[in-house]
Amino acid sequence: MNNIFTDNIKTIEFDSLIVGGGGSGMRASLELAKSGLKTAVVSKVFPTRSHTVSAQGGITCAIASADPNDDWRWHMYDTVKGADFIGDQDAIEYLCSEGPKAVFELEHMGLPFSRFENGRIYQRPFGGQSKDFGKGGQAARTCAAADRTGHALLHTLYQNNVKEGTKFLNEWFAVDLVKNSKDEVTGVIAFSIENGEVAYLKAQATVLATGGAGRIYASTTNALINTGDGLAMALRAGFPAQDMEMWQFHPTGIYGAGSLVTEGCRGEGGYLINKDGERFMERYAPNVKDLAGRDVVARSMVLEILEGRGCGEKNDHIFLKLDHLGADVLNSKLPGICELSRTFAHVDPVYEPIPVVPTCHYMMGGTPTNVNGQAFTRQNGQDQLIPGLFSAGEAACVSVHGANRLGGNSLLDLVVFGRATGMHIQKELKSGGGVDSATRSDIKKSLERLNALNDSTDGFDPAEVKRELQECMQNYFGVFRRGEFMKKGLDQLNEIKEKVDNLHLKDKSDAFNTSRVEAIELQNLFEVAEATAVSAYQRNESRGAHARDDFPDRDDENWLCHTIFDPQTKEVSKRGVNFEPSKVEAFPPKVRTY
Amino acid sequence: MFGKKLQVSLYRYNPEEDKFPYMKKYTIDKPERDIMVLDLLHLLKEQDQSVSYRRSCREGVCGSDGMNINGKNGLACITPISSVIKRNKIELRPLPGLPVIRDLVVDMTEFYAQYEKIKPFLQNETTAPEQERLQSPEERDKLDGLYECILCACCSTSCPSFWWNPDKFVGPAALLQAYRFLADSRDLKTEERLDALSDPFSVYRCHGIMNCVNVCPKGLNPNKAIGEIKSMLHKNKKDIIASDRI
Repeated sequence: MNNIFTDNIKTIEFDSLIVGGGGSGMRASLELAKSGLKTAVVSKVFPTRSHTVSAQGGITCAIASADPNDDWRWHMYDTVKGADFIGDQDAIEYLCSEGPKAVFELEHMGLPFSRFENGRIYQRPFGGQSKDFGKGGQAARTCAAADRTGHALLHTLYQNNVKEGTKFLNEWFAVDLVKNSKDEVTGVIAFSIENGEVAYLKAQATVLATGGAGRIYASTTNALINTGDGLAMALRAGFPAQDMEMWQFHPTGIYGAGSLVTEGCRGEGGYLINKDGERFMERYAPNVKDLAGRDVVARSMVLEILEGRGCGEKNDHIFLKLDHLGADVLNSKLPGICELSRTFAHVDPVYEPIPVVPTCHYMMGGTPTNVNGQAFTRQNGQDQLIPGLFSAGEAACVSVHGANRLGGNSLLDLVVFGRATGMHIQKELKSGGGVDSATRSDIKKSLERLNALNDSTDGFDPAEVKRELQECMQNYFGVFRRGEFMKKGLDQLNEIKEKVDNLHLKDKSDAFNTSRVEAIELQNLFEVAEATAVSAYQRNESRGAHARDDFPDRDDENWLCHTIFDPQTKEVSKRGVNFEPSKVEAFPPKVRTY
Repeated sequence: MFGKKLQVSLYRYNPEEDKFPYMKKYTIDKPERDIMVLDLLHLLKEQDQSVSYRRSCREGVCGSDGMNINGKNGLACITPISSVIKRNKIELRPLPGLPVIRDLVVDMTEFYAQYEKIKPFLQNETTAPEQERLQSPEERDKLDGLYECILCACCSTSCPSFWWNPDKFVGPAALLQAYRFLADSRDLKTEERLDALSDPFSVYRCHGIMNCVNVCPKGLNPNKAIGEIKSMLHKNKKDIIASDRI
């Protein structure tokens, strides 16, 4: 792939273009394919290789199966509280009230949910779930297909897209957004990984559904492909990111390997023990113990380890005990976990506990959007929609997860907002909405980064720089954060930036050149890491997943708000949280205990 | 567990440079602990940026990194090198029977085409209820061992019948999915599905060699599913003949 001149790149035109073939992207494309709009999904991997496939425990939704009296308002209360009160309540209301419809649709599409004796969808308890607004005890609200719910959901969505004839550009890599002179988004520059062909994919509506970016950390449950490509494209185009300091560390990643062990294990009755065999969560969350919010459990585990009660030779992990559940329950409800545990921890949970540590799992922040998936930027303290740009799923920040996501809410987020985005685009384009064309020089601008890499003759080795970036984020922006350490981390990021801007791509070939892909992914990771670091350094309080040991308390007076990171000035500003749901009274902030 | 050095023989082919594929030898330091074949490939790629392979979840659920490891198909990310190493040597080749794009990356177009051919989606045109369609746990149990397929192609590309007729024999992976929908109490197109499979090639090219069962990294049994389809086809045919006589 030599320097690409804008004159000889192909333009492929669509009505709507979805970047990313995971759950939210394929739910959006399904809606659009059914509507008859010319739609394509561009995905860097074959869609069923997307990270949604790794989701295990389930999709949380008040379908009133385990409990016929269950109510979406209770789910809403739990989600608002779980988010430590900076989730937007209009969006959470939409998530929880539309959820049942979206879940039943999945079942109608063929998703092989596990079942109760009465034939209804099986639901299990997950952390942070309650009945009757926290007063009625533990709820069981997470709909599951054994412990392979993400796999079942992703394959079902792909299958239904095949049915509806969705156009897929598989193993095409989107590099950058194309903007016209009015700052409207008119598509992306992308190349075929298989043969290196570069094209301008032009669209009236571009949806970023590229998932998370857990690979900014050295230790993560995320797939190797989770490099925040869409969010980074938006940042490079000058569009902001919201709540980037909020990263969820999942309590139970397999020690050493990082693979996820579902919260469903604790939902089914498993619990955590320290080296003395003590069920320590009883001390930190006396009411719900191991089923407290993920941020609470993860911090408690780190404290146990820091205070010398960790397990193993180095006292550096915790045990998840499951053997008391018996082989039958483990094999029928948690077969995937048994498999993963034997492969990566060399432990059979039927007999022995699984060694686990809190591991980076989920990005609560992202490109800010409204409930229709429309992305916005900020102008004079006001939200300003970006014509042509949409986002859904983990890449977006709508924001339903606020400062801490509840287990099982991410799959619901994918289908509810993927669907909402598809429905909105349909309405907008059918009523004559759209964007102006980009000029040749607009397109050329979006090719700069690709050209620079292809022209590089010397510079830094991407694999080394990536390691440096991941270690920096792990060391200075992990479970516990402190101002002076973060300052060090920020300085180090400045040095890394020099290197990221001067990478050397040795292999310039066109056919399935994964080195080129990895170099671009590294640049994307850097954008996300920088937004994370700057936002974390600014938020001088502890809330949800953001725990500052120099500011240990929540500070509602100053920080009951979103943070907005502006990539042009590298500054952080505040944005108000929505407290105006339309069907219920807002839930006011209160002390968050479990 | 190993000697000081580990020898890796890797299938290399870059269509822009090589007229023919060849095996390239790499020598790497003995890893301190047992690692997966995928980790080994990461180490090789750090030595030589041009090495190409697919990977994503690195935990055996996405199906990206199916390859031929010391003669047997498997997923690189869940295969410990200790389980495949022979005299300090490991040989890595692409999945057999499909065109090679580069190194370990194969063109899976034909594999996916067979998957699409069996209409891999639930077909039920009755009006959906407001809630879910009911299914008893026993009916749902029939999908276990079927729906878990990750489309890694380890099975189909180890099957001699698929090597011979990749365009006409549906292959173990897609047949497993064909049965997944035949077995689903919610799917109403049993007759049509069976009709589409009743020619001499789609199903009947399976001769029960069982390579598919031997290699499936998820422990699934396509051969059993194919047997079920064959008996459904048989019964279907008898029913048709019986109805002709009346």
